[in-house]
Amino acid sequence: MNAKFAMYVLKRLGMAILTIFLVIFITFFVMHAIPASPFSSEKAKSDATIAALEAKYGFDKPVPVQFVNYLWNVLHFDFGLSTGWVGNTVFELISGGFKYSATIGFCAAMLAITLGVVLGAVAALNRGKWIDKLIQVLTTALVSMPSFVIATIFLLVFGLKLKWFPTMATQPGGLLLPIFSLSLYPMAYITRLERSSMLDVLGQDYIRTARAKGVAGWKVIFKHALKNALNPVITYAGPMMAGILTGSMVVENIFSVPGLGRLFVNSMLRTDYMMIMGVTIFLATLIILMNFLSDVLYKVMDPRIDLS
Amino acid sequence: MQNDKPLKKNPLSFQIDPELFNLASEEEKAQQVTQRESVSFMRDAMRRLRKNKIAMICLAIIILIALIAIVVPEIYPYSYTKQDVSAKNLAPFEYSKKEQAKIDKGADVFPHIMGTDSLGRDYCIRVIYGTRISLTVGIISALIVVIIGIIYGSISGYFGGKVDLIMMRIVDIIYALPDVLIVILLSVAIKDWVATSKSQFIIKLGAGMVSIFIVFGLLYWVGMARQVRGQVLSIKEQEYVLASRSIGASPARIIRKHMIPNCLSVIIITAALQIPSAIFTESFLSFLGLGVSVPMPSLGSLASEARSGLQSYPHLLIFPAASIFLIVLSFNLLGNGLRDAFDPKLRS
Repeated sequence: MNAKFAMYVLKRLGMAILTIFLVIFITFFVMHAIPASPFSSEKAKSDATIAALEAKYGFDKPVPVQFVNYLWNVLHFDFGLSTGWVGNTVFELISGGFKYSATIGFCAAMLAITLGVVLGAVAALNRGKWIDKLIQVLTTALVSMPSFVIATIFLLVFGLKLKWFPTMATQPGGLLLPIFSLSLYPMAYITRLERSSMLDVLGQDYIRTARAKGVAGWKVIFKHALKNALNPVITYAGPMMAGILTGSMVVENIFSVPGLGRLFVNSMLRTDYMMIMGVTIFLATLIILMNFLSDVLYKVMDPRIDLS
Repeated sequence: MQNDKPLKKNPLSFQIDPELFNLASEEEKAQQVTQRESVSFMRDAMRRLRKNKIAMICLAIIILIALIAIVVPEIYPYSYTKQDVSAKNLAPFEYSKKEQAKIDKGADVFPHIMGTDSLGRDYCIRVIYGTRISLTVGIISALIVVIIGIIYGSISGYFGGKVDLIMMRIVDIIYALPDVLIVILLSVAIKDWVATSKSQFIIKLGAGMVSIFIVFGLLYWVGMARQVRGQVLSIKEQEYVLASRSIGASPARIIRKHMIPNCLSVIIITAALQIPSAIFTESFLSFLGLGVSVPMPSLGSLASEARSGLQSYPHLLIFPAASIFLIVLSFNLLGNGLRDAFDPKLRS
């Protein structure tokens, strides 16, 4: 069993590394297929200037050589120099923005998981009652609302009209509104997931057995039902990571948070290729690693799953 | 021949009644056929769908929105590009001074139902146009996904073996890619490429739309392909397929009578849930400025533009937001209804 599990983890890790490599490959060649040069959109420069710039950023070498160089550098966390924010390396910019994005993303994920699991369990335990129906209506509405609508409405209502929360990210507590608006969609999704999985678990024989043995009601729920109903939520961790990271592009723009998502959108506006490539690879690696972790964790939590 | 007159059973004997072995008359055969058709899978599912009130209301809403999006731009007195400097930022049903003067003279002026935007364009027609774009993107993307997914999935499932293994490895790899990031990346690249293209068709359609379709064609079919392949694989092994093959049914008949109807439920459910996800993706890209090109409105770009004057003119956000919410909600609930009606596993 242990050898089998180790094999599974290794195989899954190999797949993850292969996918990361593929992302680097796609990113590099897609960005190099763009006809425009990053220097052509700005003010007219002389040919000599452009040639000097291209030599500085290494754009004058043949594409395969550039790719091998780029891959080698990326493996050493060197994503090159930014052309949109001159004087900064891409890595500096990414780590500067990631501080904010990681805070927001982590808090939003925790909030979504906690609230989602609680609401889902409450709905399942009160199946068919008004509270279940209310939770179902709310979550159905929430998963039909794009993140930019939620975030803008939050900004308008709680930030500008009611003035309950500061609207600038640099103010104390300024990250609260972005966190709330980012967490709503995954929260609604987890609630629905947890509700159906909890209903499934509650109908199992071992719950009836536990009740028949005379185990206290709360103990049945917490020790037997909730623990087993959590498994599907774990599989959602990877997609949730992806959702939060892409959601942060919108939310950070709306609340002017100087995070990674905003940086990404701005680098598209400035046609900063090195930056676009760097952020894409960085975010993709995060998502792929999260998928890997959630897959492995799922197998640990549910030993019934066949490893072959 | 002695068999000419029908055999008659002695009422008191225990012999088998020979009448039971007479050939069936045409009438009796016809009866069998009608009985089988009256419980056909499609009809059964449609009946169940019709009983689902929420799904039917959503279907009605979608049809209504689609009709508005198709018809209204043809008869509406304002165009989505026409700017009127004298009628900037009007509230819903408000008239500009120039228009008010016209009304005082007795002329008929069509009201700005949702007001105007900061460039003096009628907002109602822009929201309706945006809805049109969103619906088009949703439906065409779903079509692309359905076509590629069915072809890929059925080839993989039908041939099985090595072909299946290789084809599914490719699907696994595409599935593992973080799709939204690749979508953004491709949109950046394709937008640049399309902007320099000289094809009249692409220019008319807009770079953003083209890139969204290409991206869906490249990435989003994998879910559908997996579903179809799984379905084809399991149907191939079913006893009734073996039975119909054993009595000499041609492969064409097996595909027509067994494969397609059984895959149809999976295809319909997946396609119905694909539409809202496509609309989401389009509005997300448009919001980031990667979707449709100016002056073409999309619900995402309208919401994005509305941010600049949010405090004074919140209605500029509320109308496109409500529109997208209504469309996605209706498609989601209809998709759930379709799943309940079409999923054979849930049938009692």
